Amino acid sequence: MTAWLQHLPVLPIIVPLLAGASLLFFAESRRWPRLLIMLFATLVQLGAAITMVWLTTDSVPDVWSRGIGVYAIGGWHAPFGIVLVVDRLSALMIAVNVTLAMAVTVYSIGRWDRMGVHYHSLLQFLLMGLNGAFLTGDLFNLFVFFEILLTASYALLLHGGGPQRTKMALHFIAVNLTASFAFLIGVAMIYSVAGTLNMAEIAWKWRLMPSDERGIAQAGAAILGIAFLVKAAAWPLNFWLPGAYHAAGAPVAAIFAITTKVGVYALLRAGSLLEDPSAPFGGAWLFYLAIATMIFGIVGMLASRQLPRLVSFVVILSSGTILAAVGSGAPSMIAAALYYMLGSVFATAAFFMLTGMAERLRAALPGVRDRAATPPPTYTAFAVGEPPDPYAPDDEVGVALPAAMAFLGLAFVFCTLLVTGMPPLAGFIAKFSLAAAAIDALPSTGVPGREWLFIVVLLIGGLAGLIALARVGMRLFWSVAGRQTPRLSITEAGPVAFLILVCIGITIAAGPTMTYLDSAAAGLADPKLYIQSVLQQSREVSP
Amino acid sequence: MEVILTLGIGVLTASGVWLLLRPRTFQVIMGLSLLSYAVNLFIFCMGRLAIDVPPVITGDGRVDASQFADPVPQALVLTAIVIGFATTALFLVVILAARGMTGTDHVDGQERDS
Repeated sequence: MTAWLQHLPVLPIIVPLLAGASLLFFAESRRWPRLLIMLFATLVQLGAAITMVWLTTDSVPDVWSRGIGVYAIGGWHAPFGIVLVVDRLSALMIAVNVTLAMAVTVYSIGRWDRMGVHYHSLLQFLLMGLNGAFLTGDLFNLFVFFEILLTASYALLLHGGGPQRTKMALHFIAVNLTASFAFLIGVAMIYSVAGTLNMAEIAWKWRLMPSDERGIAQAGAAILGIAFLVKAAAWPLNFWLPGAYHAAGAPVAAIFAITTKVGVYALLRAGSLLEDPSAPFGGAWLFYLAIATMIFGIVGMLASRQLPRLVSFVVILSSGTILAAVGSGAPSMIAAALYYMLGSVFATAAFFMLTGMAERLRAALPGVRDRAATPPPTYTAFAVGEPPDPYAPDDEVGVALPAAMAFLGLAFVFCTLLVTGMPPLAGFIAKFSLAAAAIDALPSTGVPGREWLFIVVLLIGGLAGLIALARVGMRLFWSVAGRQTPRLSITEAGPVAFLILVCIGITIAAGPTMTYLDSAAAGLADPKLYIQSVLQQSREVSP
Repeated sequence: MEVILTLGIGVLTASGVWLLLRPRTFQVIMGLSLLSYAVNLFIFCMGRLAIDVPPVITGDGRVDASQFADPVPQALVLTAIVIGFATTALFLVVILAARGMTGTDHVDGQERDS
């Protein structure tokens, strides 16, 4: 059993790769084999992710020593080969990612996957890139997985076609390509000094580096940090986000809720490993940048009139909140920020899915069909036939849900409570623990104003979110003129309910979750164990 | 050689950034291509510049690492070229689609004064 378990870390990369590739062999019209493949693949990944979370807890200490699993790809050990490293943070991120992917996959079955071709293949490749980025212990390999997830996300953003999506994808691709170049320059500069790409060995050599070489390495790390901040949507590098997320289809925007968190993860990981008082991944400037991001999100939320755009700014606000906690540097704040991230990823994803259903409320009104219904060029290219009209009332698969309006309204209220941090759901616990951790961190830092600034902006963010969402919600649900109750299928409503239930679950199980996150944050604060676990393996093999 | 390489990378980067900030999609993709050349050259020279030394280490026993070129940046640059090529091709398709759908080659899909 243990011999098989050691191959567990590679499953979240291999399974979506194989599933995505094998989906290409089935024509779009053969729905059942495709459905089986993608549901099976997502379930396997979910199983692997949950097992990894279980193995990194302290309850099974004998499989992976001290909760850190190292998998040498091809049997080449660090620093010569590429290693996959599972620690608590990686396992947690993969679990969040795959849970979200499960909901998005089921949600898309209803109508979205028929608006273009190869939707599910692209979704699996996106999952592969995300899982790989969370797992890898090699800096250049991180770049490769970033590119995989970005390429899949470009195609997913274009899914469904239309001038608006194409225009936004143009901006999205240009910005992300430029960020990728910054990533490469940073990696190359770090390599030129450290002579290795293995993150654990870079961290080890960082401490021994002579001061004249340290400057180049720090410049490289700073350029790398810019690339991560573009992905994490930090102000002023986030102007691509609202337009792109607004233009994307509802399930695509939902899975994009986690792609910004990859940037946050990379910052956390690099910041933890390159621990250095003058390192560019933590400290004051990141904190103030994050506060600016939060303010940008707040202003954007209040200025938005449409729900998808509003939720895009909620994503920016949540990115800013997490980055501020990272910038403050206290481990207790990082644990609270991780808890906040759990709730906000699921809630914003549910919100985006809800948006896709609520759009149909407006679509029933005459003159609101603002998005041009030009058929995507892929349809003619691949000869799939006529694309379904996205607003046609009767092209849905599955059982219709009774009381559609009640469900939409209730889900809207739950999502609003979650993202604004109102009691009694996970958002409140997250914001409360963030504020409590900030107050705890007060005396230890020299500048007491920073923590209060963070708390004030955090609370204003909640209030502004409540105002903006209540306004949009009133227009959406209480205006009765010409409204037509949409027909919701179980496959669309189910995932939203599932994500909200997951959020309620982590609210109820807040104690165990926080214990796990505390130890994840402790692992980040003290990376010695990580470095030892990765490098020790090579010492054992080559004495 | 160092001066030539440095100037080359600098000129490529400067032209690339300038073109990237232009309003036409064709200029943007040319800028991105030039930037990717600059980045590839930059990665390549991060393994130290050397002439007439092989990257494949031969012989057994102890070898003098200074007699060989660093093979890792060469492998990295290959990967970066392949990825850059693929993303540029994808970007080109998106540009063509945007041109067809909006009827203009402005990056915002509409001319500024219209």
